Amino acid sequence: MENIYLAIVLAPLAGAVIAGLFGRWVGRSGAHWVATLSVAVSFLLSLLVLKHVLFDGAPPFDGSIYTWMVAGGIHFEIGFLVDRLTALMITVVTFVSLAVHIYTIGYLRGDPGYKRFFSYIALFTFAMLMLVMANNFLQLFFGWEGVGLVSYLLIGFWYERESANFAALKAFLVNRVGDFAFVLGIALVVMYFNTLNYESVFRAAPLVADLSIHVIPGTSWSVVTLICLLLFVGATAKSAQIPLHVWLPDSMEGPTPISALIHAATMVTAGIFMVARLSPLFEHSATALNVVLVLGGATAFFMGLVGIVQTDIKRVIAYSTISQLGYMTAALGASAYAAAIFHLMTHAFFKALLFLGAGSVIIAMHHDQDMRNMGGLRKYMPITYITFLIGALALCGIPPFAGFFSKDSIIAAVQASQLPGAEFAYYCVLGGVFVTALYTFRMFFLVFHGKERMDEPTRKHLRESPAVITIPLIMLAIPSALVGWFTIKPILFGNYFGNSIQVLPAHDVLAKVGREFHGAGAMAGDSIHTPAFWLAVGGIFLMWVVYWLRPALAGVLRRALAPLYYVLEHKYWFDDFNEKVVAAGGRGVGRALWRIGDVRLIDGLMVNGSAWLVGRWASVSRRIQTGFLYHYAFTMLVGLLLLLSWFVIR
Amino acid sequence: MFYHIPWLSLAIWTPIVGGVLVLLSGDKAPDGARRIAVLFALVTFLLTLPLYIGFDVTTAQMQFREHLPWIPAFNIYYSLGVDGISMPLILLTSFMTVLVVIVGWVSIQKRVAQYMAAFLIMEGVIIGVFSALDAILFYVFWESMLIPMFLIIGIWGGPRRVYATIKFFLYTFLGSVLMLVALIYLHFRSGSFSILDFQTLKLTMNEQLLIFIAFLLAFAVKVPMWPVHTWLPDAHVEAPTGGSVILAAIMLKIGAYGFLRFSLPITPDASHRLAWLMIALSLVAVVYISLVAMVQKDMKKLIAYSSIAHMGFVTLAFFIPFAIYASTKSLNGAVLAVEGGIVQMVSHGFISGALFLSVGVLYERMHSRAIADYGGVVNRMPVFAALAVFFAMANSGLPGTSGFVGEFMIILASVRADIWYAVLLATALVTGAAYTLWMVKRVIFGAVANERVDALQDLDGREFLVLGLLAVAVLALGVWPAPLIDVTHMSVQNLLSHIMISKL
Repeated sequence: MENIYLAIVLAPLAGAVIAGLFGRWVGRSGAHWVATLSVAVSFLLSLLVLKHVLFDGAPPFDGSIYTWMVAGGIHFEIGFLVDRLTALMITVVTFVSLAVHIYTIGYLRGDPGYKRFFSYIALFTFAMLMLVMANNFLQLFFGWEGVGLVSYLLIGFWYERESANFAALKAFLVNRVGDFAFVLGIALVVMYFNTLNYESVFRAAPLVADLSIHVIPGTSWSVVTLICLLLFVGATAKSAQIPLHVWLPDSMEGPTPISALIHAATMVTAGIFMVARLSPLFEHSATALNVVLVLGGATAFFMGLVGIVQTDIKRVIAYSTISQLGYMTAALGASAYAAAIFHLMTHAFFKALLFLGAGSVIIAMHHDQDMRNMGGLRKYMPITYITFLIGALALCGIPPFAGFFSKDSIIAAVQASQLPGAEFAYYCVLGGVFVTALYTFRMFFLVFHGKERMDEPTRKHLRESPAVITIPLIMLAIPSALVGWFTIKPILFGNYFGNSIQVLPAHDVLAKVGREFHGAGAMAGDSIHTPAFWLAVGGIFLMWVVYWLRPALAGVLRRALAPLYYVLEHKYWFDDFNEKVVAAGGRGVGRALWRIGDVRLIDGLMVNGSAWLVGRWASVSRRIQTGFLYHYAFTMLVGLLLLLSWFVIR
Repeated sequence: MFYHIPWLSLAIWTPIVGGVLVLLSGDKAPDGARRIAVLFALVTFLLTLPLYIGFDVTTAQMQFREHLPWIPAFNIYYSLGVDGISMPLILLTSFMTVLVVIVGWVSIQKRVAQYMAAFLIMEGVIIGVFSALDAILFYVFWESMLIPMFLIIGIWGGPRRVYATIKFFLYTFLGSVLMLVALIYLHFRSGSFSILDFQTLKLTMNEQLLIFIAFLLAFAVKVPMWPVHTWLPDAHVEAPTGGSVILAAIMLKIGAYGFLRFSLPITPDASHRLAWLMIALSLVAVVYISLVAMVQKDMKKLIAYSSIAHMGFVTLAFFIPFAIYASTKSLNGAVLAVEGGIVQMVSHGFISGALFLSVGVLYERMHSRAIADYGGVVNRMPVFAALAVFFAMANSGLPGTSGFVGEFMIILASVRADIWYAVLLATALVTGAAYTLWMVKRVIFGAVANERVDALQDLDGREFLVLGLLAVAVLALGVWPAPLIDVTHMSVQNLLSHIMISKL
């Protein structure tokens, strides 16, 4: 099996290298073939691994591939941990990646950066697989930064656009702020556990749980809490949680396929995966879990709200992604790690579907992304329409679509949590259901129904996208509709994850939720008794009224809620704060240090000043050298006198 | 047989003899001078390879020893040898010199022979600095290193080259004069000029403090540490590309090497007493200088400031072991720090060299170093852009590149001394990426900014070869640093156990 694991990781790397470095020889179709095939190989092998651990009941594999280095008594290894969590993740990653590869063949047809793009997304798949298959913190960080690099390159893919370059830089730097804390977290892990290996860390976690550290003199922190919080700051950047979410909406500057792959389905879920993977550590810090829970809930609700006022179709989905990641984060905080991963999986399918559907619409609209110019696209693009509807229903959590099962489980888990922040988080995730329905179906009705608001030339050219685009839509629509029904029982309540996720008995909310669970069908049927269901349906109904039945109502509502609208339109002023205070402040301090510190004090005063001093000294001492003998004699006498008196007085 | 060949002498004198030959060949046949220079640089590189291949990783003893009387009246010997600390730096020197000579092939048209000769002679002298085990021999090499660099900046430099050379010369010369006094004092105390004898010499605290400060001035200027760093941006800006590469990639390492070879082992108690100062200055370099780098408008100045910040990691790594040992009672963390510092030195050699070469590639075409004159270079130079972005990422410390390894090790180690050291160091993750990638955004990306950018030609074969080799080196060290780390183990271990024992 070890060779298979290696092949899963290396196939996309080989594809990336060939498409990227040898693009001149393999040509455009060569590049997409080699990249797509390499990812297809990874996907098939991932299925094999899934079968191996799931049906053949193979024990987890935990082994080293090579020793990166040994220093200071610590083994830095590159190695794989393949258990059920990994098997699920690699299958999802390679499947979505494959769909996106195929889709790109159609989406970027004719783009001058075609080969480069395939090289990047294959490289991304490699880095993401390294991340999820890691058995140690070093490799985790390698994958973590690797996906960040490719994300940077792909957001800035159309490098002639100033806005794309700005968004790329912003994404990288915001993620670096997270990595700043993440590295410190890893450093503390190494300091207290003396190893980077997950397994050894998990085994020692109960022992370290009682230790404390003095970060600020006079205060005492639990070591595990500090480690978990630092690592989680990394996750807030990567998984776009408040306050480090600011890069994700801007990342929509990248081509749509990568918005689907990187900024919806896979990379942004790395933070969620990381916390789930490190559950044996997080379980030992109720404080950290509480922070995770509250932040996740807040992100789910407040960032969803911003989605309601967006006019760019991709930005709506971007805010939706932030909000949905908030759901997953809240689940992590409630110790419902399995529910978080479950939602990660269903979200990967339906959100990739929505993005690719949006991309299909964008192609039809000749790269106009403003929903105010769309409308009535249903009759021109039936496949896009149907698949988009499936994605939208799944996102809103309407039974029996996939999102329903995962989202409802999260709501139930948060409700069952005993942490102090659970009540706040519960109202957030519950209110989030209504908000989700609002932004999703506002978008849906604006795009596919109502008046055709586009200009005449665009309307004439409206047509359904080609098969390379619609096939991935169908590929993703199937699991978006069905996967929840079939997998909820084993994943959430059937101990699918085994030992790869560990929950302390006191935190085990899913066990509590599981007592109420009587099969997927019953869950779907019983949902009409839950507030979440009616919130979702109510939201959809409201949007139906406002954006289809009575379009004039939209303006009325907007005026009525003007203050709220104002706040949302400015996205809570996060961007303004970052640009005007953080970025400008950093540059200002740098300029001040340079001008005052380097130029004026060191060069002006010390360097040139001492040169000036030497000059002065020379010109003064020159005067002593008069050439008159009696001057010298006099000086000598004075010197002799001084010397003698020193000897005498001493 | 293998160990009877004087590899170190060959590595020192081959390039010097080559340099003299090139000089004699004169400027009339510049192509001949170029060919001889490349040939000698290559041969020297090959001659340094046995140092790695034949290196015994199981001992901390000096290897490849050569010991001949030089001035017997004063007990001065021609004494050479390397350990795991100096050997990698010698290989770095011979590798970078090959690249620099190749790069100078077309970019230098004025006094070709003298230019090539200066680099070859400097190579030999620098290898001499790294391998000298006799203090006077070391000092002779140390001072003679200044002359070729002085000439390189002064003759082939930019418009303000005179100011830059004088600043460079005064700074470095003032520092080294006190070092000579310290060396002579040590000779009077020990009766020998052997550096290894100095290391075992008992010294009182006051002696140690004075000697430490004398060394500090010499080494801190070279590194350079804040606040004696301001010569570096000026020197870089005026130096020709090759000069910048050697300056950043190798000469800065000599100061850091000095701390390991002289300050720490000769004056361990003073080092311990003043470690707080060294750590503070290093942290200032990392935090303050990174912010200063952010606002530079000149590409070379930006990279120069970036170098100072990266070297801050190195100096911190070398003086933090005392604090780590005090808090953990184990050498492990200290070993991690010092080895991290050594990796950072080698890695910074590759990356800063590559970045200065990249600026040189642009400068040769546009005759401007101002960031504002560029924009959208990727449109006309895609291959160059790919390599430049790669090196920029390495400079930001991306895992998988060599830039990550050292910084990661040093952060992991310093947290054991005090978490706040690590916090301040880790800010470089953000600021380092900010200044590097912001420059990349303004220079490389965007639409074609003006017609001069529009006329740019992508890399020629020679430039591609040089940058490609560096990219391979950066990647190799990032993906598998073990071959370098393993070499340093015994020497670092030995050094650290030596300095943890008080001489008082």
